[in-house]
Amino acid sequence: MAEHCAVIGIGQTKHRESRRDLSLPGLVRVAALEALADADMTFKDVDAIVLGTAPDMFEGIMMPELFLADALGAAGKPIFRVHTAGSVGGSTAVVASHLVQGGVHEKVLTVAFEKQSESNAMWALSPAVPFQPQLVAGAGGYFAPLIRSYIRRSDAHPDTGCMVAVKDRAHGMLNPHAHLHLQQTLEEVKASPMLWDPIRYSETCPSSDGAVAMVLVSDKHADRVKNPAWVRGTSVRTERTFFAGRDQVNPGAGRQCAKDAYDEAGITNPLAEVDCAELYVPFSWFEPMWLENLGFAEEGTGWKMTMEGKTKIGAEMPINMSGGVMCTNPIGASGMLRFAEAARQVRGTAEQHQVDGAKVAVGHAYGGGSQFFAMWVVSSER
Amino acid sequence: MNEFLSAPYVLEYTYTRSTGPVIGRFLESLRYGVLEGVKTADGRVLCPPVEYDESGEATSGEFVSLRPAGTVKSWTWVAEPKATHPLDRPFAFALIQIDGADNAMLHIVDAGDRKHMKTGMRVRLQWAEERAGTIHDIGCFQPVLPYLPGPVHLQYQVTPGKHYSAYLRGLQEGKLIGGRDPESGKVYVPPRAADPVTGNPTDEYVEVGQVGVLTTFAIIRIPFEGQKLKPPYCFGAIVVDGADMPIYHLISGVPYDQIRMGMRVKAKWKPKEEWGPSLENILYFEPTGEPDAPFESYKEHL
Amino acid sequence: MRDVAIVSFAQLPNVRVSQETDEAELVQPVTSQAMREVGLTQDDIGFTCSGSTDYLPGRPFSFVAAVDGLKAWPPIRESHVEMDGAFALYEAWVRLMHGDIDTALVFSFGKCSLGPVPEVLNLQNDPYYVQPLGLDAISAAALQAQALLDSGQATERDFAEVAVRNRKAAVDNPNAQVKGDSSVEAILEEPYISSPLRKSLCSPLSDGAAAIVLAAGDRARELTKRPAWIRGMDHRSEPHALGQRDLTESSSTRIAASKAGVSNGPIDIAELHAPFAHQELILRDALGVDGGVQVNPSGGALAANSLMTAGLIRFGEAASRVLAGGANRAIAHATNGVCLQHNLVAVLEGE
Repeated sequence: MAEHCAVIGIGQTKHRESRRDLSLPGLVRVAALEALADADMTFKDVDAIVLGTAPDMFEGIMMPELFLADALGAAGKPIFRVHTAGSVGGSTAVVASHLVQGGVHEKVLTVAFEKQSESNAMWALSPAVPFQPQLVAGAGGYFAPLIRSYIRRSDAHPDTGCMVAVKDRAHGMLNPHAHLHLQQTLEEVKASPMLWDPIRYSETCPSSDGAVAMVLVSDKHADRVKNPAWVRGTSVRTERTFFAGRDQVNPGAGRQCAKDAYDEAGITNPLAEVDCAELYVPFSWFEPMWLENLGFAEEGTGWKMTMEGKTKIGAEMPINMSGGVMCTNPIGASGMLRFAEAARQVRGTAEQHQVDGAKVAVGHAYGGGSQFFAMWVVSSER
Repeated sequence: MNEFLSAPYVLEYTYTRSTGPVIGRFLESLRYGVLEGVKTADGRVLCPPVEYDESGEATSGEFVSLRPAGTVKSWTWVAEPKATHPLDRPFAFALIQIDGADNAMLHIVDAGDRKHMKTGMRVRLQWAEERAGTIHDIGCFQPVLPYLPGPVHLQYQVTPGKHYSAYLRGLQEGKLIGGRDPESGKVYVPPRAADPVTGNPTDEYVEVGQVGVLTTFAIIRIPFEGQKLKPPYCFGAIVVDGADMPIYHLISGVPYDQIRMGMRVKAKWKPKEEWGPSLENILYFEPTGEPDAPFESYKEHL
Repeated sequence: MRDVAIVSFAQLPNVRVSQETDEAELVQPVTSQAMREVGLTQDDIGFTCSGSTDYLPGRPFSFVAAVDGLKAWPPIRESHVEMDGAFALYEAWVRLMHGDIDTALVFSFGKCSLGPVPEVLNLQNDPYYVQPLGLDAISAAALQAQALLDSGQATERDFAEVAVRNRKAAVDNPNAQVKGDSSVEAILEEPYISSPLRKSLCSPLSDGAAAIVLAAGDRARELTKRPAWIRGMDHRSEPHALGQRDLTESSSTRIAASKAGVSNGPIDIAELHAPFAHQELILRDALGVDGGVQVNPSGGALAANSLMTAGLIRFGEAASRVLAGGANRAIAHATNGVCLQHNLVAVLEGE
């Protein structure tokens, strides 16, 4: 690794079900300009842009980095487009950090977005294609059986998913950018309708319009701000959707992704050495599953951490301080929002949802059938 | 014979209305598709223009061209239009502040449904097809939506490929076809271009069983677009005998609250004459009545 | 920066319709072949990256099908760009700079036979002002060609000469789709599709796939006798709106060429990704490629154009001539977007 990489600027939109007030270029510019202002930079200072978004069919624009080049000040510059399904926001940030660490560029702007209100996500994700089995289960139908498997394997308390929802929504109340601002009690969540048994309505994420951006720079530009977040470890890992003997609850690709990132960051005991983590939890039950997958809990015990309240802000291992995907989910941006929140925490700029004294944080994203993983470890120290 | 005398009476007359220099100019401009306001002495713009402002001050006579769009300041929905109304379908009367004007103009908004009306909404002026220099030259106002329709229509061909075709042809003959990896011996349903663990094509096609273990499942209770079944129904992962990974299908033929992990299930096919190259030939999997498989026997598939 | 080289290249023959294969069935043989040529398997690969677009098959997540052509257990380090495979090669090159791994597999695949490609490419246009007008890819390129004619920099005869030369070069390329002797006169007799473009001035539509193995430093030397070293690589974009660009020149290619160090030494061959004949003229000018340089010995995109793959194939074709010793210093170029909006340039060298 030729260079160290620091996050010195972070911006995001207010996320909502529909940002009808903003054009697509307008949406990405809100996040990009805010990140640049945070880094005390303008478009002119940027060497390269890395854009991430989920399937082009959400907005009906093929390779939108071409159309968005002007909006992102990319004329005469390199602009790059990453697409790795739900993990895309994370893998996009990883590519941006590698451009800096590899010594290819010194100042990189990375942006991720989704304007889900421009189409119907259900259609865009699974249009009716000949010869393919028709969709019978909907968005949660794929993940609900995995959650059932997790509950059976770990003998988890049935309220675990509801506890996560209550906690994430409480965290989201502290985050003015979050889409959902809902104060919910355990009773309310438990009383919400079962959609994909065992997943209740209140245990699912919303569908949002939003964008997020970060400015990543090499050592010599990091002192533009007093509180850079240093990228200490990154990884992307993939496995196939189906194979004989695949552990779908605790996927090998997720475990390996975490191991790579921890090894690079010099972390041997994540529970002790990581101060907080922002994990990709689109259905609340994924919190305990990822706690185990990423090494914060022994296999089969993640749900206990949740039930004991250890994942709240102020507790032992705060998870999803921003309210997470459970409060905000512009799909293509969701992964980068996790990465950005981790960076905000170690920069000490997370305002109401700041974890006191956070020095080391994890950002995490996944996609496909729990098969594409991206992660980074950021620290207040280089 | 009626006790009281009564007869219909129509008061009808077409007046000759002098428009004067200000209103006359405004209406004549409408004929040419131009919307104008007039400046007041204190610099405000009024549309529609008048000769005197509300305090009696003469307006300046200076006209300014305005964008034919505005903002609804107040409105009422007319659900049952009368013959005297300008539209024969439900519409709104509204006070509309034209962009660049300081007052509001009364006109109608053709919004289709009351739920599309909102104070503060943006509206655009729709010119009448035939114009005659009257306020009717403005046909109506229409809601300005902050988005455009973006239709996409592209015609593709779908070719399922060699391995998936073998699977589909098997289904057409009432068989479930898997592909065996030459190295690991694992059987994939459908066959694959590359075994995920070895990378080899699973070229040796084998027929697998139609009975298997339900490993895990979801009960779908949510209605959603494109759904073919009425909730609640069950969707599950089935490892059929002879296969090394699950296929996904509906589970039926049993009350959904009696569905269990480990249940033995078998394929329930459509009538043969309805078969095509499709997994839909199998309607669902239903219990065989055999004893459940022990957890240990299928936990590697979870 | 680390020294990184192309050590192997494989492609499937480009055909108009590959009826019997799905995406994974294109990926499996071509990636296996590229790895096998240097004695590697997926387990030896440090990073895997692919390029494809969902709009060729008209289905979301087509890249998931790409992963379905790979061995991916134990889990692989893997990424994907919704761009030509040449940009996947760029990402892999960046990844190798990290220093912890020494090899990368890059691949891409494109089946143009599935949909109406010129119309599909309209979806790259501005969705507010241009998409609704249905600007197909051929008409967009034709606007550029006409601008080039109007500027006096080229004639229709020049366009035809480019097409004749590329199709002739393709005769020696077993993977090319359209090849053979043709004449300038015969091309100039063809009717316009969108004037001034005629059928022979446009690339064919192909189904194809390609794969490249990259290796860093000594690992490259272990894997092959004469690695094709990537001496410089850069990509640049231009503004999107056609009305805000000078369509007769490629300013982005010019910058990328300068950053990649094209002019630091003599060039033997150049593989240019020009889907339309006139674009080769614009690219040659931007790259400063003169008559002494052999351009598109493979026949270029005019001989075979599997979208998302044609750019990666330029890298492979240029590298294979360096690997075989026939060329010492080569340009590889790939483009993305309408009228050459976005361009990637690399300089490849033998030892």
